[in-house]
Amino acid sequence: MEFKFDMEENKEQIQAFREFLDSKKDTPGPLMPSLQRAQDVFGYLPKEMLEVISRKLSIPMAEIYGVATFYSQFSFIPTGRNKISVCLGTACYVKGAQSILEEIETQLGIKSGETTKDEIFSIASARCVGDCSIAPVILVNEDVYAKVKKDDIKEILSKYN
Amino acid sequence: MITKEKLFEIREKIKPSLVENLLEGDRVEFRGEDLVLKGEYYKKQVRIALKNCDIIDPTNIDEYIAFDGYFALLKALTELEPGDVVDEITESLLRGRGGAGFPTGRKWNEAYKYQADKKYIICNADEGDPGAFMDRSILEKDPHSVLEGMALGGYAIGSDQGYIYVRAEYPMAVKRLQIAIDQAREYGLLGKNIFGTGFNFDIELRLGSGAFVCGEGTALMESIEGRRGMPRPKIHRTAHKGLWGKPTIINNVETLANVPVIMNKGAKWFRGIGTEESPGTKVFALVGKVENAGLVEVPMGMTLREIVFDIGGGAQDGKEYKAVQTGGPSGGCIPAELIDTPVDFESLGKIWSIMGSGGMVVMDENTCMVDIAKFFLDFSVEESCGKCVPCREGTKRMYEILDRITKGEGVEGDIERLEELSETVSSTSLCGLGQTAPNPVITTIKYYRHEYEAHIKKKSCPAKSCKALIKYEITEGCIGCTRCAKVCPVVAITGKVKEMHHIDQSICIKCGACYDVCPVDAISII
Repeated sequence: MEFKFDMEENKEQIQAFREFLDSKKDTPGPLMPSLQRAQDVFGYLPKEMLEVISRKLSIPMAEIYGVATFYSQFSFIPTGRNKISVCLGTACYVKGAQSILEEIETQLGIKSGETTKDEIFSIASARCVGDCSIAPVILVNEDVYAKVKKDDIKEILSKYN
Repeated sequence: MITKEKLFEIREKIKPSLVENLLEGDRVEFRGEDLVLKGEYYKKQVRIALKNCDIIDPTNIDEYIAFDGYFALLKALTELEPGDVVDEITESLLRGRGGAGFPTGRKWNEAYKYQADKKYIICNADEGDPGAFMDRSILEKDPHSVLEGMALGGYAIGSDQGYIYVRAEYPMAVKRLQIAIDQAREYGLLGKNIFGTGFNFDIELRLGSGAFVCGEGTALMESIEGRRGMPRPKIHRTAHKGLWGKPTIINNVETLANVPVIMNKGAKWFRGIGTEESPGTKVFALVGKVENAGLVEVPMGMTLREIVFDIGGGAQDGKEYKAVQTGGPSGGCIPAELIDTPVDFESLGKIWSIMGSGGMVVMDENTCMVDIAKFFLDFSVEESCGKCVPCREGTKRMYEILDRITKGEGVEGDIERLEELSETVSSTSLCGLGQTAPNPVITTIKYYRHEYEAHIKKKSCPAKSCKALIKYEITEGCIGCTRCAKVCPVVAITGKVKEMHHIDQSICIKCGACYDVCPVDAISII
């Protein structure tokens, strides 16, 4: 997918992010919290912001890139406005979570890890969200849907369109 | 800043009305002097780590204090030397609840004896085993117990800085912890000169970012330091050279939640619960195909039967109980015939499984054991950090073999190849992830070899779960209601109204929609 990070539109957030980096400079191990903040504020890790981190914290881009690619929660492409996580933990799996994921993929026409063209939805498979007693579980943003059946998917998705 | 007198004052003031309100709500009852949750589900449980969960308001520090919270810290700081705290925990024989079961006291003693200008205590809250949510519950419902446990640990080993490494998938836990830390700081229970004793201790939250391997101690420290979470070679003990090269203690959430209670009630009391070698209790997340899913905390040594049947109510929907999986991707499947095994570190080790952090997933007759092994291997392949070749490549090859078997493409010799790879991966990997990744395969082969053989030789799945090896057929019971034909996504079902229907096997994608919708159970899986 094609996308561009809009520096002008994100001006205020960028300024706040720079200030955050200044406040972290002297704490030990500042890289992870900085990446987490960037992901949080911008929805993904824009290259432009990684460069800011690199300069402010004096960490080479290669090293930042190495760390960021290691952790599955960091994304290098914009994620959708609504993030769907399908729990594939053991309890959900034995209760049919795989077919739930497939159903969502079919309905949205994207695979897990991708974002729809209109940037409304993105799908991620999650490793156990810790709600095993109400498996199978899917999360849309922070809303938890319990004991999900394939038939429920359409209705759930329609709430976020 | 809170003083000794003020702590007593809060308890005396809050407790009576709190207890009265709770009793009125009819959810709790007294068991001896302790307030416990009411109901059949809790009768056989003994709650130490979960003692406050679902009873107090986790966002109100006063309620934690009302039930003796921070009194263990007060006692330690005002009456005991750091060495005494180490001795008490050593004496209690508390063992790490994260899975390995290493004696906590011995760990603390190593750091206590080691001289350094800076020491750290880390709470490992990177609970990643699929099917486990014990730590999450403690963090969300009783966060102060973890903070107090850490402060006690900090005092014992001589550390003034703690970190809680919590996984990002638990946003509520992060929120509650931050509230708890802020409250404790406001009361002066964290920070400088706690209770006016000159002891300083503060805690900082650090978030994970979705890497299972960071639950491994050295990988966790790498992550806090801002690097890829890859395990370090264990040249030095963490208790001597850990975070930023300083003596560091890493304890699991549940372990830390036990600490204040042990300091309050004494090591002797603690050893009176559980077994001789594994005293105390263990929290389990009883989940999967079980009637009453949820968290259970029971004395060590209770049998699986008591947990799964007496508390859990057995398999769901009247199905046949088949196995229970403990220890997540590092653990094993325990077959029905071993259901009378007592649950403690030693007994589970003897039957090739592990206690693990406490996930307990119940499986019934419809769970295919080869598929389960494949599920866990998929997890390990995904989560292997890639540092050690046997783990990175070996788990992948094992996954491929299992994938072939479940697709009906298994060949003679596959089981032996899996066994050989298991041996190599487990004996040549650096950290626990690789060393234990083959466990689900080893145990399922050991106890369910016939299922593997059925897949490979007969091309059939005894649990009728592997898509490639089953087919759906409509039997004579069909009343011709047409519901199956309507629901079929690929129009593979044909037939006239009130006449028997037929599935065209060349079109069928085996989604099972017809099977779910049939009102007379006329569709069978063969």
